[in-house]
Amino acid sequence: MSELRRPIESGVPDSKQFMHPALVRNYGKWAFHDRPRPGVLRHVAESGEAVFTVKAGTQRQLDVFTIRKLCDIADAFCDGHLRFTVRSSAEFMTTDESKVEPLIKRLETEGFPVGGTGNSVGFISHTQGWLHCDIPGTDASGVVKALMDELVHEFKSEEMPNRVKITTSCCQINCGGQGDIAINVQHTKPPVINHALVAGVCERPAVIARCPVAAIRPALVDGKPSLEVDEKKCVCCGACYPPCPPMQINDPIHSKIAIWVGGKHSSTRTKPMFHKLVAAGLPNNAPRWPEVAEVVKNILTVYKNDARAWERMGEWIERIGWPRFFELTELPFTKYHVDNWRGGRANLNASAHLHF
Amino acid sequence: MSKKMPPTPMLDQLESGPWPSFVTGLKRLAEGDGSKAHSGIMKSLLGQLEHSYQTRKGYWKGGTVGVFGYGAGVIPRFSEVADQYPESSEFHTLRIMPAPGFFYDTTTLRQMCDIWEEHGSGLIALHGQSGDIMFQGCHTDQVQAAWDKINEMGFDMGGAGAGVRTSASCVGPARCEQACFDTLEAHRTIINDFTDDIHRPSLPYKLKFKFSGCANDCANATQRADVAILGTWKDDMRVDQTEVQAKVRQLGRKEFINQVIRMCPTQALGLNDDDTLDVDNKSCVRCMHCINVCTKALKPGKERGICILVGGKRTLKIGDLMGTVVVPFMKLETEEDYAALLELAHNMLDFFADNALEHERTGEMIERIGLVNYLEALGLPLDVNMINQPRTNSYIRTDGWEEEARKWAERKTNAAE
Repeated sequence: MSELRRPIESGVPDSKQFMHPALVRNYGKWAFHDRPRPGVLRHVAESGEAVFTVKAGTQRQLDVFTIRKLCDIADAFCDGHLRFTVRSSAEFMTTDESKVEPLIKRLETEGFPVGGTGNSVGFISHTQGWLHCDIPGTDASGVVKALMDELVHEFKSEEMPNRVKITTSCCQINCGGQGDIAINVQHTKPPVINHALVAGVCERPAVIARCPVAAIRPALVDGKPSLEVDEKKCVCCGACYPPCPPMQINDPIHSKIAIWVGGKHSSTRTKPMFHKLVAAGLPNNAPRWPEVAEVVKNILTVYKNDARAWERMGEWIERIGWPRFFELTELPFTKYHVDNWRGGRANLNASAHLHF
Repeated sequence: MSKKMPPTPMLDQLESGPWPSFVTGLKRLAEGDGSKAHSGIMKSLLGQLEHSYQTRKGYWKGGTVGVFGYGAGVIPRFSEVADQYPESSEFHTLRIMPAPGFFYDTTTLRQMCDIWEEHGSGLIALHGQSGDIMFQGCHTDQVQAAWDKINEMGFDMGGAGAGVRTSASCVGPARCEQACFDTLEAHRTIINDFTDDIHRPSLPYKLKFKFSGCANDCANATQRADVAILGTWKDDMRVDQTEVQAKVRQLGRKEFINQVIRMCPTQALGLNDDDTLDVDNKSCVRCMHCINVCTKALKPGKERGICILVGGKRTLKIGDLMGTVVVPFMKLETEEDYAALLELAHNMLDFFADNALEHERTGEMIERIGLVNYLEALGLPLDVNMINQPRTNSYIRTDGWEEEARKWAERKTNAAE
């Protein structure tokens, strides 16, 4: 047997070797930018040199043929350079303004929608789902594809009050992060335990420690060490499932989808905000999740019509108030919207400020 | 001879519509020309994925797969329905760290494609939520061979499990006039000093660094990173009054007031009678809004640097936490500045390793022990910028008051000198 090869522990490579030469030339010496049209950015350097960026949506889960197609386009128009955004859009850069329109045409012809700039709905940030995750309640790629089909006009235009960042997550761990709209799995029943497997598969004290509401305790079931769940305490979060797969949380009927709104990471204008629950109990209706799309589109339409320029979703709702939000969206307001988690009192209205 | 394509009536419904379809991509790989391994793997995978769509359940479980010399970076996936879909029974992912800012040349991408076509499924996610290139779908016996080739290209494995994770950064000074520090250089400097903690995880839980060049936080660092490094500036914002006047003409005075003046969160802006901008820099919180709207007229100041927010994380276990300020400002230009940031980052990791409970994130640890204990342990000076408001609850022992007041006065005197 040949000797095993030791890894070269090189860390992350230097970006400059991959960058378009115009970016290297003007690195740290940019003067301003503007957007000649949706999907196109123009950055002008202090030297006067301008770089045009054309941004196109992708499916994120890319087969090698699609990646090579993106490479062909970058070779034809951008001297063999491209980059990706944190939301999986591909960005093509050129200093030659005359290449911008043909580049857009080529991207659109090859099936990559051009957009995602300025006050648009960007590509939906994306988790793994049934394709690859070990604990998913739904499929991220499918939800995202189905929604982006419906939202493609909002991706390709800049008609929103501010940018809209939508996220998806296939479990309540929420790898997708905060979003103006977050589409997340919400389980509604406690885990179903396969007691025969627990002792062999799960580190029981670690599983007990993982539960946020101390609802799991050790138990002997049929003479075997196992775990049991106090179903009155259980909040059905699924935190026990990753460390203990015999505690199955996913259920084809009872794992639902919830919609949250008004989250943002940026400190622009307002401080960063968490997204807030507005709708739950939506069916996990593969392959196109029409009920989810309906709620999301409704919220987007109301926001688009009612928010002022530059108000992010959460900022708009803070201004108009939650009563108006539920009135405009016609979503039901339930006892589940009232926060009872620790610190949740901060989310109650401790004032005489009332909307009628 | 390759097998037949599995029937996929549900997945087929994701092939129509204007957005690029991942299902079409999976099918292209499954069809292939039969000469590559991926056509068999992906036929089988499509079968399992359709099964998930039909039954609304996932069928992957973890396990232990790795490469020689590293303890993390391969995400093992074994199928629970391998008897029905044997050729994708092992479908592991290699997490590979891209260059900061996700920059590529096509030679590099094509080379990656060739490697993954030879050793894997031909499916690559650009990129995962942590910021990795996800080479998805590899048999156990191909993992080392694929890794060796990717590693020889100059790329290294990303993080997984209870260690330092792969980082992400905004485009930074490569293509943004608003970047207040070199996000790409900072990303590379920090992460490449922690490769041991990425590749051999031995922390209580994960630790993430992310880098955004300004308060717009394009890398989504504030909540998604245990240590969020954000650009800011200390001196006055730069204003080109002629360009302000041009912007007022472009938008109209009323809209300029609506979109710029009224949207300032601290009411630091006013419009003068001659359509120039009046800026109260003492009230400005460097939020970036007016600069975003007036990209030609307004710019961050010249005394640029970073602020550091610590403790961001998602729900598990105590609930969502945003990062909060532990360093309001430090320069990040000279070698000494970078050395100081590295030292601080290592101190943060060491304190986390020594004091966090199992499966506890930095933010939860700070919630449990209190921010002051964290600051004192790291030797970070207290700053009023760290709070929204002082405490509102009287249940606190204050018998060290005079000593603390003296320290504050001393710090103020030192800062003035």
